[in-house]
Amino acid sequence: MGLLSDPNRRRALISLLTRLNAPICVLCYFAAVCWFMGLSFEPFTLRTYMSENAMGSTMVEERFPAGERALATAKEFGAHKKKVGGMPVDWLVKTMQARGLEVFTQRFSRTLPFPDENNERYIVEGTNVYGILRAPRAPRTEALVLSAPCSPGDDNNQAVGLLLGLAHYFRSKSIFWAKDIIFLVNEHDLIGMQAWLEGYHHTNTTGMDWSPLQGRGGSIQAALSLELSSDVVTSLDIVLEGLNGQLPNLDLANLFYAFCQKIGVLCTIQGRIQRNDWDSVSGYSHAVQTMMLMVMKQASGRSWGDHGLFLRYHIEAATIKGINSFRQYKTDATTVGRLLEGMYRKLNNLLERLHQSYFFYLMPSLSHFVSIGYYMPAFGLLAVILLLRALDLWVQLATPPSRNEDGVADIEQSSTGVLSVLTPLVISHLTGAALYMLPVRFQEMAVEHFQVSETEAVVLTAIAVYTGGLALPHNTHRYWLISGEGTEQGWRVLKLVAVLYLAVLLGCTALINFSLGFILALTLVPVASFVTPHVPKLLSAVVLVILSPAFTLLFSVFIFQELQEMPVSFQDGWMLYLSVISQGILDHYLYGSLVYPLIALMVYPCWLLFWNILFWK
Amino acid sequence: MSALLKRSCSHNMLAAIIMLIFICFCVHFQNTAGQFFSSGHTNNWAVLVCTSRFWFNYRHVANTLSVYRSVKRLGIPDSHIVLMLADDMACNHRNPKPATVFSHRNMELNVYGDDVEVDYRGYEVTVENFLRVLTGRLPPSTPRSKRLLSDDRSNILIYLTGHGGNGFLKFQDSEEISNVELADAFEQMWQKRRYNELLFIIDTCQGASMYERFYSPNIMALASSQVGEDSLSHQPDLAIGVHLMDRYTFYLLEFLEDIHPASKSNMNDLFKVCPKSQCVSTPGHRTDLFLRDPGSVLITDFFGSVRKVEITMEAIHLTDPILHPMSEEVQEKTYSYVDQLPVSEIIHQKPKQKDWHPPDGFILGLWTLILLVFFKTYGIKHLKHIF
Repeated sequence: MGLLSDPNRRRALISLLTRLNAPICVLCYFAAVCWFMGLSFEPFTLRTYMSENAMGSTMVEERFPAGERALATAKEFGAHKKKVGGMPVDWLVKTMQARGLEVFTQRFSRTLPFPDENNERYIVEGTNVYGILRAPRAPRTEALVLSAPCSPGDDNNQAVGLLLGLAHYFRSKSIFWAKDIIFLVNEHDLIGMQAWLEGYHHTNTTGMDWSPLQGRGGSIQAALSLELSSDVVTSLDIVLEGLNGQLPNLDLANLFYAFCQKIGVLCTIQGRIQRNDWDSVSGYSHAVQTMMLMVMKQASGRSWGDHGLFLRYHIEAATIKGINSFRQYKTDATTVGRLLEGMYRKLNNLLERLHQSYFFYLMPSLSHFVSIGYYMPAFGLLAVILLLRALDLWVQLATPPSRNEDGVADIEQSSTGVLSVLTPLVISHLTGAALYMLPVRFQEMAVEHFQVSETEAVVLTAIAVYTGGLALPHNTHRYWLISGEGTEQGWRVLKLVAVLYLAVLLGCTALINFSLGFILALTLVPVASFVTPHVPKLLSAVVLVILSPAFTLLFSVFIFQELQEMPVSFQDGWMLYLSVISQGILDHYLYGSLVYPLIALMVYPCWLLFWNILFWK
Repeated sequence: MSALLKRSCSHNMLAAIIMLIFICFCVHFQNTAGQFFSSGHTNNWAVLVCTSRFWFNYRHVANTLSVYRSVKRLGIPDSHIVLMLADDMACNHRNPKPATVFSHRNMELNVYGDDVEVDYRGYEVTVENFLRVLTGRLPPSTPRSKRLLSDDRSNILIYLTGHGGNGFLKFQDSEEISNVELADAFEQMWQKRRYNELLFIIDTCQGASMYERFYSPNIMALASSQVGEDSLSHQPDLAIGVHLMDRYTFYLLEFLEDIHPASKSNMNDLFKVCPKSQCVSTPGHRTDLFLRDPGSVLITDFFGSVRKVEITMEAIHLTDPILHPMSEEVQEKTYSYVDQLPVSEIIHQKPKQKDWHPPDGFILGLWTLILLVFFKTYGIKHLKHIF
């Protein structure tokens, strides 16, 4: 007889499952954590390699000569920027036209849902300026983008200067360009970039107001964003994480690394220099920290450079930042220009979009990577815990209830089924919806009644709604539609539904944004496993609150600061935490980041269900 | 008396010596004459194929164009060369030197030139077209420049380059030709008497696998690498940004640059081109199907188009023209070509009508009979139900 259809064997299997459930869950959890930590151990990673045949090796001759002129242009740009007090549109248009590009501008404006205190802006109006270098012999079907942001103050002047220098050089050697090259200077960093991309692709997903683009260049194959604020650099950093944790194709990072090695520039990822001693403890911890930084940046769902918004349109993009630290060996602007020239010549050889290499990966260092096939089992082990718990609950629900005083009442109540959990589900999701909508909608009311700024009002409203949800179990008892409260069956059914819901939710999240799914799983899976109405209430309540999404975020903020070697005190950490919440909400409204709605509308209600289970009686 | 004898003896000896020298001269002349006419071919053809497209396969086009250039220089005219290039590198947007294809890093040799004639270009280079060119099974509308109009006295050079593997050659990133297909195509050529001798050169990875299956006589084959080995490219050009040529063809071109139409180098020299030290892979060759000794086969037998010219200084008397006899019963036998492809037998046509079939009226009569029987049985009053 078959394993599952033979009643004896099935009973044996089920009893095995019930007895060993807790030990297996604990084992799986530790295995998942160990697997994740082992990912950055160098023998378990693969060296990066170029997958795209068309790009091949770094076999080009870079001849960019004009680094000094680029720096002079940068100074001019800085002076004009200061004079105008913003983006010097006319000067940029004139300079780009002098270099032989087809220049166009785009105006855009956006009123933020509430003032952004980090960047000090509320009503944003700006202009993007872009020049197109047409490929002389090719049809205008494909394009590459090089962009530099126009930042307030003295930041990124050299980036714009180098961009203009490269434009001049590329124009003089334009015989071999097979794609148009678009040189873009965007104002108000991400907002301007979003406006430009929406105008280019004729989409309007975020409600921004922009003027249509007069000139276009074909479908964009790849884009690089440049951030350079000093005349000389000691290292170049590549930033890959984009909106919603999306990453560009690994071949772009491979290309950057290959050219860094060819030209001899020090290249870093996450701002950390690679170490060779992977077998020592400090070397291993260095790799772990680099990978953890990438995981946290990816989980936050925000775009960590101007390139992050390109990824949504299936355009591979990365940001290259020049870092000037206290190191002896300095690289001048000519060398940086050569590196960019080499990269663009190789991207010019592309016949199709980059697709040969991985789209989902983690990088413990620039020369090693971990692909999705290697890191997914870590999450899989956590999901297995949820499934085992669900099976256990199913078994408990399926077996008839053990001896009870009033057998009749039990049999009545055991037939309530799934409908009894409808009430807590609906109420939790309504709370989640409140968490999503109330902070921004009622900020004016909050500002009237309390002496806080709009940003603080939004954030504090969010926290208030979050904390208010904790009081729910005590208040919702009177709203039970079906008398399912207080029964053993009731909470089991609710927990089964909640566990399965959490499993599906985390699984879907991990597929799109592995880091977010994994971090949420790390904290929520223990919650889901151990919570029952029978555990000690006070202790479990405290543990549950500490493992809730809000506290996870708080701890992540502190850990993130530690990893970046800029530890903060508790006061500063708290202020940083509030600003992170406001940035998250702003990202959602401005660029369509999904982290805030995910947590407010799905993860938080799920956690509330467990909170309800804890206070079932 | 003795003096006379002695004189006659010396005369005889002198005569004998002169006779001997003359005979030797004749024999020697016979040898060179024999050598002159030993190959047995009267015309030369070349089929040069580059099978890969995309900019990073620049070197394959450069390979093919180098061989084309050598073959043209040594005398084979464009009308006897079928050049198949799968992609256009000279006019590719990425070429920093448009309208040129270089074979050497120093840009010395532009193998594209300004008189190149590409017969099959771009997507026309397919396995089907290649096999049709070889076997001659082309539709009647195909122009002459796209046909291999060889006969049984033609020496054909076939050069293939591209990406290959064990037993196949990749065409255009979408299809492959196998060594069995190629061998069968050559057998078809032999049976249709389309070649006298064939030289097959292939420059791909694992190229030796492509000539393993040949079984037709008079084929000599060379390959740039053995099974399991990769053929390597020669040198990258940083200004253009691609590899310019493959090693084997680079050294082959170097070797061919020294050949001129009158040179006497033979196939043994060709086998020595690109030893392992230069090529990294081991070039191979196959001569067991070839009837002549490779040492007696000249390079120009295949790479050049050396016309056999015999200069005569004597006058030739032409006879009187032949007058046609005026006869009434002139039987003019008209000749016609044998139908090479009996189309009517290949294409299914309507089956021939049977010798006897029932006359058409038969069906009508049958129905009338049925109707009459019906009415007889059931009475005439049912007739109105029909009409």
